[in-house]
Amino acid sequence: MKRYKSAKAARRRTNILVHTLLAVLAAIWVFPVLWVIMTSFRGEKGSYVSTFFPQTLTLDNYTRLFTDTAVLNFPQMFMNTLIIAVCSCLLSTFYVLSASYCLSRMRFKMRKPYMNMSMVLGLFPGFMSMVAVYFILKAVGLTEGSMIRLALILCYSGGAALAFQIAKGFFDTTPYAVDEAALIDGCTRWQIFTKITLPLSKPVIVYTLLTSFISPWVDFIFAKVICRANSDQYTVAIGLWKMLEKEYIDSWYTSFAAGAVLISIPIALLFLKLQKYYVDGMAGAVKG
Amino acid sequence: MKRFNSKQAEGYTPYTCIQALRQGSAVTRLSALLLGLGNMLNGQLIKGLLFLAGELAYIFFMIRYGFHNLVMLVTLGSVEQQEIWDEANQVFLYTKGDQSVLLLLYGVATILLTVISFWGWRGALRSAYKAECLKKQGRHVNSFREDLASLLDENLYRLLMTPPMFFITALTILPLAFMICMAFTNYSRIDNHLVLFDWVGLENFAALFDSSSVLGSTFWSVLVWTLVWAVFATFTNYIFGMLLALLINRNDTRAKGFWRFCFVLSSAVPMFVSLLIMRTMLQPNGAVNVLLRNLGLIAPDASLPFFTDPTWARVTVIVINIWVGVPYTLMQLTGILQNIPGDLYEAAKVDGAGPVRTFFSITLPYMLYVTTPYLIATFTGNVNNFNVIYLLSGGDPITNLSSTAGSTDLLVTWLYKLTIDKQYYNVGAVVGILTFIILSVGALFTYRRSKSYKEEGGF
Repeated sequence: MKRYKSAKAARRRTNILVHTLLAVLAAIWVFPVLWVIMTSFRGEKGSYVSTFFPQTLTLDNYTRLFTDTAVLNFPQMFMNTLIIAVCSCLLSTFYVLSASYCLSRMRFKMRKPYMNMSMVLGLFPGFMSMVAVYFILKAVGLTEGSMIRLALILCYSGGAALAFQIAKGFFDTTPYAVDEAALIDGCTRWQIFTKITLPLSKPVIVYTLLTSFISPWVDFIFAKVICRANSDQYTVAIGLWKMLEKEYIDSWYTSFAAGAVLISIPIALLFLKLQKYYVDGMAGAVKG
Repeated sequence: MKRFNSKQAEGYTPYTCIQALRQGSAVTRLSALLLGLGNMLNGQLIKGLLFLAGELAYIFFMIRYGFHNLVMLVTLGSVEQQEIWDEANQVFLYTKGDQSVLLLLYGVATILLTVISFWGWRGALRSAYKAECLKKQGRHVNSFREDLASLLDENLYRLLMTPPMFFITALTILPLAFMICMAFTNYSRIDNHLVLFDWVGLENFAALFDSSSVLGSTFWSVLVWTLVWAVFATFTNYIFGMLLALLINRNDTRAKGFWRFCFVLSSAVPMFVSLLIMRTMLQPNGAVNVLLRNLGLIAPDASLPFFTDPTWARVTVIVINIWVGVPYTLMQLTGILQNIPGDLYEAAKVDGAGPVRTFFSITLPYMLYVTTPYLIATFTGNVNNFNVIYLLSGGDPITNLSSTAGSTDLLVTWLYKLTIDKQYYNVGAVVGILTFIILSVGALFTYRRSKSYKEEGGF
């Protein structure tokens, strides 16, 4: 009886220990998020503060983002990014799904070479070719005015089909017997793809749509190189980056926090929804 | 059964180019010069005309632009832009000089187009031979309508793979080929070669490997730090993420969903935002130092040198990378951890193994075995991890003023500085190529040996 009790006590002790540890870690992880939310409501301007908690609370930082459009036009940046994100996410999803379906279900001579090629290309530093991409887009006249949007859409979606692994892993796990039955019944491959495989692949379609929708919101290196000085074509990411540059940081810092909160909310919602697919996708793709 | 016939499976065909030239009829051989002739005479008029049109278009392009582009690729241009004073209008007029960058780009594009055309030529020749054989054997030769229909069926991959391949070629392969060429030129601000430049062979590589020069010594120190960073960043995240996942998924842990939510919340904030926030928080007068001062842990006027001392900066970026990366690792590993067969743990428990022993003898070996491809991908990602370094420290602090890289610069961020800030395009390209070589030697070797690559075809 006594032994049983001490075992129980030991278990209790570990439980308390584990939960305290988790609480401390969770605090560390959540702290910066809380801090940026706090900063976005802070009344005092400037990036460096002497007190930890804000002295006055205000909503000005948010209203300023949408009213003070002379230097940094946040609403326009938001619209630019939205257009680019919607278009590039539709295009990339189409590319990824069609490439992965072909690689998973069909056998053709370029199949292995293509998969090796995608791996080799993935090893090059991503933006090593960025300067070259700029020259190419310039040569075909896509770096002026509103064509920049098209250029960015092409950039974000262009290489999408190289990242087919997760979708292909998913297609690999859906049963081939269904396809065979459909083939015997006289379906064409296209009908199988659109009427059988795609309706069965909702998780991976959602996953691809969401990841490719998010990428234009968070990438700023490519956008910066392609937009250059065309400030009317800036995306949200460049705008936020600009707010932290030396000449803007003092007056825009709290608005930066407000902007960060604003774009984080939709992405966070998408992300939390995505989480389930993310776990499933990884578990399916990494089969070992 | 057909699926398991490997020759059939990987697109094997008896109609090859060599066969066509060796055993084809005179018409088929002639279609090697006049594309589509064989198809046209064997009842595939439209297909034949399309091939012919493709050939004519290529020839027209080559005569009009292509040959010029190839010739200019050799010299990369030599005509300088000149200023001429126009008396009548009282302005300077500029003559059109050569721009080596564009000449190089057009040259590389022409070569790429030629390679693609050669590929198309082979396809057309094969198609002519196939039409001839089928007709000779008295079998059915596909009409154009049937060919189009086959694009939706057994040739669906041609239809679906063409648009992605087009963009991959134009926006990934062409730029890479172009940048690789740049490594062998003197395209750089040094000696003012930004407009006109020449081929210099392997000089840039020699300069980078010469450890007595500033560039050479910078390269070696950046390389060593890149590898150290990649190893630490990969394994700290991996181990820490795994431990955290185990802690949360323990049977006795309450409110699992809440803990997971706390960690995932921080990764839901876009990475560049959280990194920028971290950077401002860790400045000498940022939130962390203020907090430490308020708590009385450091003197009121003191601050911890997070990004100003080389060693501090290196540790800081690794630690913050843990903060940024662990939520992702947590999500990615949770599913796999739950796949570990439970009887292994029960057996260990019966044998009296403690949690530590269980982790090192069961969890870690199992995970390492299963997630090798994932680890390699993460390692590659970390070597090329531009965002964390560029947004956090920007490569600072710079200890040696004459060198172009700071203490926390990785090969990629150094590459960025060299090309965008300094405009040493050639050296930047060399750094990119070397990064690629380092990664590919390791990754390709390990990938090809890994179980998941070998067994991929055998599902």
